Amino acid sequence: MELQIEDSELVRDYISGDEKALEILIHRHNQRITSFIYSKVLDRDITEDIFQDTFIKVIKTLKKGTYSEEGKFLPWVMRIAHNLIIDHFRKNKRMPMFEGNEDFNIFSVIGDDKLNAEKQLIKDQIDTDLRELIEELPDDQKEVLVMRIYKDMSFKEISENTGVSINTALGRMRYALINLRKIIEKHNIVLTN
Amino acid sequence: MEKIYSNYQERTEFKKVCPKTINFLLSFSKALYDVKYKDLEFETFLN
Repeated sequence: MELQIEDSELVRDYISGDEKALEILIHRHNQRITSFIYSKVLDRDITEDIFQDTFIKVIKTLKKGTYSEEGKFLPWVMRIAHNLIIDHFRKNKRMPMFEGNEDFNIFSVIGDDKLNAEKQLIKDQIDTDLRELIEELPDDQKEVLVMRIYKDMSFKEISENTGVSINTALGRMRYALINLRKIIEKHNIVLTN
Repeated sequence: MEKIYSNYQERTEFKKVCPKTINFLLSFSKALYDVKYKDLEFETFLN
């Protein structure tokens, strides 16, 4: 029958510099501590993190020599783990983590509206092509279209700036769009992202 | 056959951390030194 060395003896050996003693202690209590943490947090990765942080505290305390063998080693480690679990939930409460499930994915509601590099390149190319096409329009139509689309002016402002009536400005805008479409169709230009 | 009625059966499963975590802790322990100088105490890492 194998004789099991007491935890307290292993702790003493470890404090004296026997690193092997720590390995035995970790292996001995691995399942107990891990299962305890997992039963509270129900997440594999968080369990690993809390287990690691627990033993970092254990190692630091033992190396510092501030550990007192008043209680037992395992209850002491479990108390550290328990406190770290509470810290984890407190931190999560301040900054809740939401993970989607099969029925609902958070990224279907929120998203990064920035274009990726490829789409941005395509968009820039389309903008450049469109500007070149606009240059092909008659000056009066081009003027109205640029004021409306690029300068975001109202038709009232356009009529005041160009000295024509609102209806004329509207008509020029209409013909500008019709002519643009004609140029695009005639040259089989594709302007989609 | 006994039946487990718990809604949280996963909570009762036995788990163990992966060997990578244990190896990290053992390396951390080997590297960590507590240096005392007069009234000051320093934690240092020796690789």
